[in-house]
Amino acid sequence: MNWNILLFQVFPYVALALLVIVSFQRMRGKPFSVSSLSSQLLERRLLFFGSVPFHWGVLIILLGHLLALLVPQGLLLWNAVPIRLYLLEISGLALALWTLGGLLVLLYRRLSNRRVLAVTRPTDVIVLLLLLVSILTGILTAVMYRYGSYWFPSVFTPYLWSILTLRPRPELVADLPFWIQLHVFNFWVLLAVFPFTRLIHIITVPLGYLWRPWQLVIWVRKPRRLQPVPPVAQPYPTTSAKPQAALQDKGGAYGSD
Amino acid sequence: MNVRAHVSMTFHLDKCIGCHTCSVACKNLWTDRKGTEYMWWNNVETRPGTGYPTGWEDQERFKGGWEKKNGQLELRLHSRARGLTNLFYNPALPELDDYYEPFTFDYQNLFNAPEGDDQPVARPISMITGEPMNLEAGPNWDDDLGGSNLYAQNDPNWAGVAPEIQAQMAEIERVAFNYMPRICNHCLNPACVAACPSGAIYKRAEDGVVLVNENKCKGWRMCVAACPYKKVYYNWATGKSEKCILCFPRLETGQAPACFHSCVGRIRYLGVILYDADRIATAAKAETQELVQAQLDAILDPFDPAVMAAARANGLGEDWIKAAQASPVYKFVKVWKLALPLHPEYRTMAMLFYIPPLSPIVSTIEEGLVKLELPPEQIDFELFNHLQKARLPLEYLANLFAAGNVEVVKPILRKLLAVRIYKRRQSVEGTIDQATLQLVEAAGTTPEEIEAIYQLTAKPTLQERFVVPPYHREMAVEVWNDPLAHKGETGVGFLELPVRGD
Repeated sequence: MNWNILLFQVFPYVALALLVIVSFQRMRGKPFSVSSLSSQLLERRLLFFGSVPFHWGVLIILLGHLLALLVPQGLLLWNAVPIRLYLLEISGLALALWTLGGLLVLLYRRLSNRRVLAVTRPTDVIVLLLLLVSILTGILTAVMYRYGSYWFPSVFTPYLWSILTLRPRPELVADLPFWIQLHVFNFWVLLAVFPFTRLIHIITVPLGYLWRPWQLVIWVRKPRRLQPVPPVAQPYPTTSAKPQAALQDKGGAYGSD
Repeated sequence: MNVRAHVSMTFHLDKCIGCHTCSVACKNLWTDRKGTEYMWWNNVETRPGTGYPTGWEDQERFKGGWEKKNGQLELRLHSRARGLTNLFYNPALPELDDYYEPFTFDYQNLFNAPEGDDQPVARPISMITGEPMNLEAGPNWDDDLGGSNLYAQNDPNWAGVAPEIQAQMAEIERVAFNYMPRICNHCLNPACVAACPSGAIYKRAEDGVVLVNENKCKGWRMCVAACPYKKVYYNWATGKSEKCILCFPRLETGQAPACFHSCVGRIRYLGVILYDADRIATAAKAETQELVQAQLDAILDPFDPAVMAAARANGLGEDWIKAAQASPVYKFVKVWKLALPLHPEYRTMAMLFYIPPLSPIVSTIEEGLVKLELPPEQIDFELFNHLQKARLPLEYLANLFAAGNVEVVKPILRKLLAVRIYKRRQSVEGTIDQATLQLVEAAGTTPEEIEAIYQLTAKPTLQERFVVPPYHREMAVEVWNDPLAHKGETGVGFLELPVRGD
């Protein structure tokens, strides 16, 4: 086993296994521990300048990666005209810089604000640093090895699909430059730490809010409520009302003394 | 008719002495944990004032409650889509400093300070950062109109009140105030429930208590902004929202909530109200001036045979119907029509009802206010006939309890005054003269009703103030487990500690 197989074949599967199993276990077994862990109550000004650009930037960039993974032909077709390729690359780079700015604000805020520091755990900083590596290597890749959106479909789309379809071909990334390899490996690291950190709040995005009813009213004893209405003298519905009445002559449901 | 029961509340503001015993009882019971130090599920505000958190009634800023847009009821905070895009940053969320930074004191310094020329002091320390801090705000910072030019003058309920009456707040001899204890209103149309993206907040159908499911809460904190009363709080340590639970563990064991039970002035009443769930939607959408009446219309008469039959058909037990018939809240709200919800214009249909306070009996001579040269027995009549000159302006009370509709507040104050005048005549002079009887009639009441109001206001027993319905928690376990199996399993299992996740 060489480094290539270890880092880009074995580790991805470890990361994916952790991601799926531990996330599921945590959501099911320790739901109280899952939260966005917002610190807006403690500090709001820097959060605005950090959180908003970071989240939107990361969201759009991840969607871009996902599109390249799902419809590589479409991406290649789009890039067939140079001006469209430049447009895509420029907007991608701009988004990355915007995201980077947001992340740096978040990192600064987390380490400088006393109140935020009081709720900071080591994992919070680790996540921010991993994301920083991800964005920096992404920007380096975009700048040094042009044009990413041009070669992504022929290199990463097959690699990622090979991992996902359980026919791993780590050799596809074996000869890539260091910064690109770091970018890929860091992605697997992020997946691996996902269930152990606040990153888990990503899967709790409440899309159901778009169609759920405004008001939620819950009956504690709904199952009982659906039973036949008890006679007037009965203070509350009981299924054993009738047998009890029948047993009354014989000293009640539990017999006489 | 879809009859449901609601464990509802009435606060008699005339009896509140502002002792904060309720707040302390609640604090000791529920919110003395890490992350909850700044929360006061129960707080007592001095009115006029800006309250807690400071300026909570400013819905332009905090976006609480509902508003009517094109005839539709919409959250003031966000549309559904906007609710999702605001997850990353919620512009309407109050900051910790809108409440106050919780603090303790460095008491150890009193013992450990090195010998010196000065007496050692216990400096305030932040309960968040653990560092020394300068106190700029705290619980009840504006108690008893302290700093009233900062707080009382900025009360948004002064809207529509004449400037010269507002100016009184700056004059110490003419000032008037009352206390207003506030807990979660356990609304019929709660905005916090509607705003929660995770669907973690819900209303218990059996008794109407609004609760946060701490396991489902993901800390998106929309509820904090959406509640117009600012009675949902964000626990900064655990990253979850928390709110008043109406002491449901106490209710379920037949006890009144801690703040009710500990109330020194005995201002608090608790009882079951039957309401028509089908009427909530229309009542919440009523015209602003008719909101109070629309809400009262949704409350049903527990003695009406049709209502009782519908309640039974909905699974309500006979003992709950009995509790609704004995409910002091029903009497104050619906029979005597003395109690009003706080800020009905938020359209959440608050189920905590306030009996508005009467102004102090004597007042200043000038400015056409109650005249002091009158014999004392006529001062009452003077106030009764000139309520618009009361020291707590009618408009002010109407802005608090009736969406600005003075005509809703006026008959209540007149009836309360009639009770006061009638009982004073009776107990001080022994006879009721014709003028008083005419006054009683003018107030739209009768001597019998006055006796009943007096009885429940001044001399109620614990059992009359708190009519807690039997919850039958012993039966509830059957919903999820075989009772015998549950008995054997009790105490075995795992609890998750309420600590911050990574």
